[in-house]
Amino acid sequence: MNSLRETILAGELIEAHRPWPRAVVSRELWQRAAERLHAGEWALLGLWGEPEFAHLAVIERHTNECAVLSFACEQQRFPSIGRSHAPAIRLERALRDLVGLEPEGLADLRPWLDHGKWGTRHRLEQGAAVSAATHGYPFLPAAGDSLHQVPVGPVHAGIIEPGHFRFTASGETVVRLEERLGYAHRGIETLMAGAPLERAARLAGRLSGDSTVACALAFAQAVEAALAVQVPPRAVWVRALLAELERLANHLGDIGAICNDAAFGLMHAQCGLLREHTLRAAESCFGHRLMMDRVVPGGLGCDLPGDGEQLLVALVALVRSRFPELVELYDNTASLQDRTVGTGYLAPALAQQFACGGYVGRASGRNFDARCTPGYAPYDRLRFEVPVLEEGDVNARVWIRIREIEQSLSLIEEILPQVPPGAICAPVATQAATGIAREGMALTEGFRGDILAWLRIAADGKIERCHLRDPSWFQWPVLEAAIEGNILADFPLCNKSFNCSYAGHDL
Amino acid sequence: MAIVLDAVVQLGQLLVVLLLAPLLTGYVRMVKARLLRRQGPPLVQPYRDLLRLLRKEVVLAHSASWLFRVAPYLIFATTWVAAALVPTFAAGLVFSYAADMIAIVALLGSARFMLALAGLDVGTSFGGIGSSREMMIASLAEPAMLMVVFTLSLLAGSTQLSSIAVFMQGPVGLRVSLALALVGLVMVAIAENARIPIDNPATHLELTMVHEAMILEYSGRHLALIEAASYLKLLLYLSVIACVFVPWGIAVSGQGFAAYLIGLTLYLVKLSGGGLLLAVFETAIAKMRVFRVPDFLGAALMLGLLATLLLFVSRVA
Repeated sequence: MNSLRETILAGELIEAHRPWPRAVVSRELWQRAAERLHAGEWALLGLWGEPEFAHLAVIERHTNECAVLSFACEQQRFPSIGRSHAPAIRLERALRDLVGLEPEGLADLRPWLDHGKWGTRHRLEQGAAVSAATHGYPFLPAAGDSLHQVPVGPVHAGIIEPGHFRFTASGETVVRLEERLGYAHRGIETLMAGAPLERAARLAGRLSGDSTVACALAFAQAVEAALAVQVPPRAVWVRALLAELERLANHLGDIGAICNDAAFGLMHAQCGLLREHTLRAAESCFGHRLMMDRVVPGGLGCDLPGDGEQLLVALVALVRSRFPELVELYDNTASLQDRTVGTGYLAPALAQQFACGGYVGRASGRNFDARCTPGYAPYDRLRFEVPVLEEGDVNARVWIRIREIEQSLSLIEEILPQVPPGAICAPVATQAATGIAREGMALTEGFRGDILAWLRIAADGKIERCHLRDPSWFQWPVLEAAIEGNILADFPLCNKSFNCSYAGHDL
Repeated sequence: MAIVLDAVVQLGQLLVVLLLAPLLTGYVRMVKARLLRRQGPPLVQPYRDLLRLLRKEVVLAHSASWLFRVAPYLIFATTWVAAALVPTFAAGLVFSYAADMIAIVALLGSARFMLALAGLDVGTSFGGIGSSREMMIASLAEPAMLMVVFTLSLLAGSTQLSSIAVFMQGPVGLRVSLALALVGLVMVAIAENARIPIDNPATHLELTMVHEAMILEYSGRHLALIEAASYLKLLLYLSVIACVFVPWGIAVSGQGFAAYLIGLTLYLVKLSGGGLLLAVFETAIAKMRVFRVPDFLGAALMLGLLATLLLFVSRVA
């Protein structure tokens, strides 16, 4: 009984869960799932919980099948997955903070999202007891001669999101980095519980501002899966347009920002210009620079206007004409290459183990893109390549972004003539209150990587529980590994090349 | 009478460097912004920054000692004196006998020593990192600078900048040693002024800072003084390069008012040329890894050494 399908069949299947199966499994099957994850046959997609259940979303590597395994907790305890599969550790610590489920056998029981400021023990349950996490946070020790610690953040000298980094260094060389996140916690999952669909969709779009389209899309697809809503074809195609525009804008911004961290302002200025053009085109077409709240359950919040196609064609032509020069500049500036090549190496094995999505995984040989596997419309009818490199350094992560920009440009060109006429939104609210609880999940590809959305819609049509897992959950931990052995002054460059989301991770 | 005039000119020189220094930094920033197709802050922004900082109250860390409070004044004073000693538009001033290149190097060294101590004083990790990096850079930049000084003094027969400037105005001819010394001096100037590729004066990334890391804890008038000192330092290095390698137009004592005016005008032209080159260079290059800095300054040291050796060889021949 090794395959995912067999495991699901051996469990108690939940009928209302779509599109992939969910089954309540026994302790034995749950522990075997941990073994499969440890062996690398399955990859972890997410781990979250409710007061009664711990849920584990996995994808089987060779069949690309997804499923959710649920474990019925006794006395709020479940066998830890993180004990044998490290990527789950932070998810379990967060689950412990939010819901209060105890992972049995997890060595690291320090609070993760809970900084002792909530005034309540478990955020989602709104328990009465005050948080236990009021006293200091013990960082993991590092032993050795003449080591010194450098605390950085959570307030940084630049205008960036809050996060604390504790470096242990030997001179300039980083011996260990430990992250402390959770400063941007807004309680999105708590706010989601009991929210009507419309409000929940807006919340999902605010998980992480730079990937608002991808987050909203994941949420919308999960709702549509749960309610079996058929999205109008026009909405499907325009959604892909929004997603590619978002990817384009973010990758352009990232490439410039990475170069700027090596004090090469020229690339920053030029890429910033192209990003600005992209955002303005988005505003002209969809009325919002970041296209927030444009993807809603059932379809779209706004249509592509008549002159939209023309605007986007002009944008693609503009980027096409200017971007190759910038790539050449990047590639031919020896002083810049000296900084990026070989810096912040992420081993392919680690990228595989943590199932890192997006450019982080693809620069380290992990060929995974949620647009292809498990895949969603309309990408099954579009031709595009997923670039993969093996080098795993900052340079490789820049090159993946360069290649993805090229792919996004051709995708926009490919999508535009195919956008069919018709309605842009199917009614959802009326179907939501069905009298029975329904569950849905979705996996979409944001610019950072795959975003998981799982939700249950209660009988009255409101969201009962919604979990959104940002790709950064599996990228932050490997950043700690990638920086080891590098020098302190290279951390900003490395960090920017990962560009993990603080807000998306902290929920 | 001549002495009185010289004293007045010397006083003018003191004021000129102080007043021009923020303008030079503003100018370099503006050119850099324009090269990046940005509008950039106005030329007078550094003056406004200084005024704003002077008006603000000083926030002191609990762990700051008297050293931390005294250091800014000492840093500013030594840098200002050093900058005032360099012949900018006129040579042969009252203080010329003191305008010795080794004295200038020593003054700047003292300022750096104070700054590094201040960086360590508060006890934050960034201050420590900045001080240690600064000392690493200084330990390589100072010997390189001294080799350049030796080359020039061997040629001109003096370590006094005034004499060197007058000597260089005469028929020197093309010399390989001078070219090597110029490149060496420029490299030292870039390192000493915390410019790209050694350090990034505009960065907000704490972990990559050198100069900025040491002054992170400073605020108010203390910060204003340190900022003013770093403006002065940039002006000083550009002035030294201009005075030694493009000495034309520097007025000599007793040439009259018109000569001073011409000298001043040409000085401004030289500064703007130097600032332009600096901005272009900084735009075209990325910052190097901290551990590449020894290679960079090692090259400057070798150039200085080579320049001195070549002089000896050519003399023997």
